[in-house]
Amino acid sequence: MSENHLNTLLFGIYPYVCLVVLLLGSLIRFDREPYTWKSDSSQMLRAGQLRLGSNLFHYGVIVVILGHFVGFLAPHWLVSPFLSPIMHQLLAMIVGGIAGLIAIIGLSMLIYRRLADPRIRLNSRKWDIAVVVMIWLQLALGLLTVPLSAFHMDGVLFETLTSYVKGIVTLDMNASSYMIGVPLTYKLHILLGFTLFLISPFTRMIHIWSGVGALAYLFRPYQIVRTPQTRAKEPIRP
Amino acid sequence: MKIRAQIAMVMNLDKCIGCHTCSVTCKNVWTSRQGMEYAWYNNVETKPGIGYPKDWENQERWQGGWRRKKNGKIVPRQGGRLSILAKIFANPRLPEIDDYYEPFTFDYEHLQNAPELATTPVARPLSLISGQPMEKIEWGPNWEEILGGEFDKRSQDYNFEAVQKDIYGQFENTFMMYLPRICEHCLNPSCVASCPSGSIYKREEDGIVLIDQDKCRGWRMCVSGCPYKKIYYNWTSGKAEKCIFCYPRIEAGQPTVCSETCVGRIRYLGVLLYDADGIEKAASTEDTQDLYEEQLKLFLDPNDPEIEAQARADGVPDAWIEAAKRSPTYKMAVDWRVAFPLHPEYRTLPMVWYVPPLSPIQSHANSGAIETVGELPDVRSLRIPVRYLANLLTAGEEAPIVSALERLFAMRIHFRQRQLGEGDGQTVLDQAGLSLAQVEEMHRYLAIANYEDRFVIPTGHRELAEDAYGLKGSCGFTFGNGCDFGPPHSSLFGGKMGRRKLNPIRPLDT
Repeated sequence: MSENHLNTLLFGIYPYVCLVVLLLGSLIRFDREPYTWKSDSSQMLRAGQLRLGSNLFHYGVIVVILGHFVGFLAPHWLVSPFLSPIMHQLLAMIVGGIAGLIAIIGLSMLIYRRLADPRIRLNSRKWDIAVVVMIWLQLALGLLTVPLSAFHMDGVLFETLTSYVKGIVTLDMNASSYMIGVPLTYKLHILLGFTLFLISPFTRMIHIWSGVGALAYLFRPYQIVRTPQTRAKEPIRP
Repeated sequence: MKIRAQIAMVMNLDKCIGCHTCSVTCKNVWTSRQGMEYAWYNNVETKPGIGYPKDWENQERWQGGWRRKKNGKIVPRQGGRLSILAKIFANPRLPEIDDYYEPFTFDYEHLQNAPELATTPVARPLSLISGQPMEKIEWGPNWEEILGGEFDKRSQDYNFEAVQKDIYGQFENTFMMYLPRICEHCLNPSCVASCPSGSIYKREEDGIVLIDQDKCRGWRMCVSGCPYKKIYYNWTSGKAEKCIFCYPRIEAGQPTVCSETCVGRIRYLGVLLYDADGIEKAASTEDTQDLYEEQLKLFLDPNDPEIEAQARADGVPDAWIEAAKRSPTYKMAVDWRVAFPLHPEYRTLPMVWYVPPLSPIQSHANSGAIETVGELPDVRSLRIPVRYLANLLTAGEEAPIVSALERLFAMRIHFRQRQLGEGDGQTVLDQAGLSLAQVEEMHRYLAIANYEDRFVIPTGHRELAEDAYGLKGSCGFTFGNGCDFGPPHSSLFGGKMGRRKLNPIRPLDT
């Protein structure tokens, strides 16, 4: 297999496999196994370091994720009048760097707690540990790209990566060609990122959907009353 | 006006003997599962004490219930919607499992398998969370049983507010009472209001508050939102669980397990009709001491033909209206005014009410002449301070408690006088404001307490809403997919949290 074919497989085909599994897997879990859908908090067992660690990690990572969405998917005509590519890259490096640093500090505290506290350690599934380690690696790779980008301040690499992500989202069959020649750190970051999408439906990361869904709380009345009629419409799961 | 019906409970604390049969039968039926060992849908506390979980009544600390804003609106005390969502990653007011207690078992196996030893083998406690031996059990679900522990700790009890508590630490002046507690199935539940997923709901037809286990995402805001701390986080399944008022039994016209098995016959179940449109206004009452009266006003007289017609129009079944007319809870709460809500100041409008307990005349009053007011002993000289009961049941307002205690005393004195041939007992009734018919009925319900008087439960009408034939032969009470039997099914999507193994280390082994 030539290098080109491998590149197509990893950056042209694998992303779609991951996205399909993410969407279909989530849908099937939501429909067939709703009882397993949860955030799986262990705060009740030991609050201790969780409060600081969890808040740092979650708020940091939310900024990082939103930053990726906005940075990569905002249409060109919307951004270019306000930001030159160089400014755009600088903004991404500063905001992403700070948020990523906050997130990785929080996550390190959470990993330490999960491994060092016997109560939490004994009540962790293999996947619980695998997920936090994978996210930590992903954050570390992401943070590594910040100093790397400082060597490419012309914004060209940044533009290439943006084109790649936009290509994936817009079903451009040649998107993977943008990735040829991109430094390894970026490649690993992208591959691990898609792998996180891939495993999401099978791990506690499924609760990210619910975090978005919980925004509906802002608009509902405080009290909820169900009548026998509304209850009867809920699916019976034999 | 929109009339709804609820099966409400009253507990007659005057007759509770603190045997914990309710707690044990409830636990055996509902919470003898991994992740819920520490949870007691029903528990019995000895008061004064800080209770279970520790200090649960202190809402400065836990921020449960509602807060009335300056503009007269109420919001959950732990914060409005945005504030609750912002705390979703780490709930700052969530009790840790040690605030309840670390669940434990004992290493019984060691008693069977120990080799020959110089000393008798002992079964050491093992933690049900880590599986490791515990050096010492520091706290349990009923640590303060019959005033166990030091007065210094127990006197942290929130109900000592405005009571000169120091004298109650002395042996001669000490007092105690039992307080069985379940979920209050409130009219204005703050757990429902706190749930970001909207998984908790109140059932329209019988008022039972339930958690949709398929919709719960384990955000834990209900645990801190409930001022009674009656929502428990199942740390194995990652979902919140609570007292379900034994709804499968209630639907079939049977009393809850705790009520059915109560050997003291202290529990009563009956229908209360209430005005659902008045809930928010009642809960927003400015003065917390008025909340008891405001909640009473929500309860509607089922014997009033207009109320009856409106209830029928609002879809309350005929059998429920008939049951409401014979409801023991209505009689105690509204007719005789001897039952009160637990901590109405939380503004949740709880629906499990309590008849306050009588207590012996204080010894220092006893040594001289007993203080009396007319024919009744002065209820303020009872061993349990009236203010203490008022803090528990009426947000500190003493008058309704005094009146109820007098009525309970009047009933006793009236019947004693009649039985001993000391007259017709009319003057004591006049003093307590009771009619002969009322006191005879009170005696029938409170003293005799026959099964059919205690439990007036109309059956549910599930068949009106769903195809009951289709439900025939399906699973009973179960979690997730499939019936609950055997080892948990493995699933692509993972299931429970953790695999705890009991792993005792036995230093005594040789």
